Amino acid sequence: MAQPRAATPGLAPEVATLLADHLLAAADDELVLGHRHAEWTGFGPDIESDIALSSVAQEEIGHARLLYQMVLGLQGRSEEEVDRLAFGRPPQAFRNAVLLERPNDGGLEPPPEGEPAWRGEWGFAIVRMVLYDRADAIRLETWASGGHAPLAALARTLAREERYHRLFAETWLERLAGGGPAAAARLQRVLDAVWGEALGLFEATDGEAVLVAHGLLARSSSEQAERWRDEVAALLEGMGLRPGRGPAATGGRAGRHTPDLTALLEEMTSVWRLDPEARW
Amino acid sequence: MSGGYRLPLTGPVDATPVDARPVDAPPAEAEVWRVLEQIEDPELPLAITDLGLVREVRRDGGRVMVRLVPTYSACPAIEVIRRTVRERVAALPGVEEVTVDLTFDEPWTLARLSARGREQLRTYGLSVPRRTFREPATCPFCGSTDVVLETPFGPTLCRAIAYCRACRNPVERFKPPAD
Repeated sequence: MAQPRAATPGLAPEVATLLADHLLAAADDELVLGHRHAEWTGFGPDIESDIALSSVAQEEIGHARLLYQMVLGLQGRSEEEVDRLAFGRPPQAFRNAVLLERPNDGGLEPPPEGEPAWRGEWGFAIVRMVLYDRADAIRLETWASGGHAPLAALARTLAREERYHRLFAETWLERLAGGGPAAAARLQRVLDAVWGEALGLFEATDGEAVLVAHGLLARSSSEQAERWRDEVAALLEGMGLRPGRGPAATGGRAGRHTPDLTALLEEMTSVWRLDPEARW
Repeated sequence: MSGGYRLPLTGPVDATPVDARPVDAPPAEAEVWRVLEQIEDPELPLAITDLGLVREVRRDGGRVMVRLVPTYSACPAIEVIRRTVRERVAALPGVEEVTVDLTFDEPWTLARLSARGREQLRTYGLSVPRRTFREPATCPFCGSTDVVLETPFGPTLCRAIAYCRACRNPVERFKPPAD
């Protein structure tokens, strides 16, 4: 087993700790949404979408793994602990934005009489994916222009992969938005419903100002949110949709989650919990 | 899908093909390179050296260090490759310790694919872009460029599915990370 590193070269220990907190939130975002995407395997509207969401899930979970490894490095812990970090924490220790833990039906309406309890709402999945992937691209750019070289290099790699996620999600959004007034109205209803929690993607982790002051993050969460609003507004308006309104619904970055995350973790960690020491 | 993908994947690209293998590696390292040339990618029919996954080989007596650059950071094959490299290099006479690390300092691009690797992928039936995914695709069956992207995700992370309108065949297209 690799020995824990004492410190990260070039970073003061307290700054390394804050950067680890910041990256943990991002890793949790990727893992939790990756799990939600994976739930589409076998249930997509067509086989191409099925494969796409499965591939995107594979990548998001892979990205989470790389970020968790970086978190462990910054904390002076061994990368071997990656599964424990991903699967061994209670819900209140997760720092993902609440939007990403929502089930794939978006909680929009209960399934009709006689239908199975789980039902994916494809419009919700696509809207969430579009909103998240735009936010993620801005976050990656923020890391890539920041002063921590290993993070900047990783961010440049992830950004090139994420562009295909955006291509897929935005092509689908355009297709759905062009599906007539009923389809557009349905998408608009999703956008209005999720807007506050989407803004919650930009809730800052504690100590973010220190990371910005040290040049590790090229811009603050509120600056990222500003840019996201402009980009998303232009994208939506080009499709005949409009951004939602209202204030950000925050709490996820501080560990305040919904029962949806408890249920998700219950399922996602069930195999790991059978034997946390098992080697695969 | 019928809606059609636009490919607004812009950005500067420098993808002059190069051979990743140093021809003048010192004898001790050349021996390691020869081992690596025998290792196939589990998801594609070519050697990891032809795919350009090997960034660096260093040998210091009994200690060997190999650095790999994955095509996709979440590629499930990369862990299999790491293990295989570790085992095969460790079997070389005189080798006591092998470290195989991943590096992201300089990301993988199509420029790392050797001419032989490119030919092997083509023979296998993949449409391989010259420089970027944005270029018009050429059908590997009939040579037409009337090929449209069906979906950016295929059987592996590095493959997309296209459709040739000329010969009406589905076409698997090698998909480098977007530049």
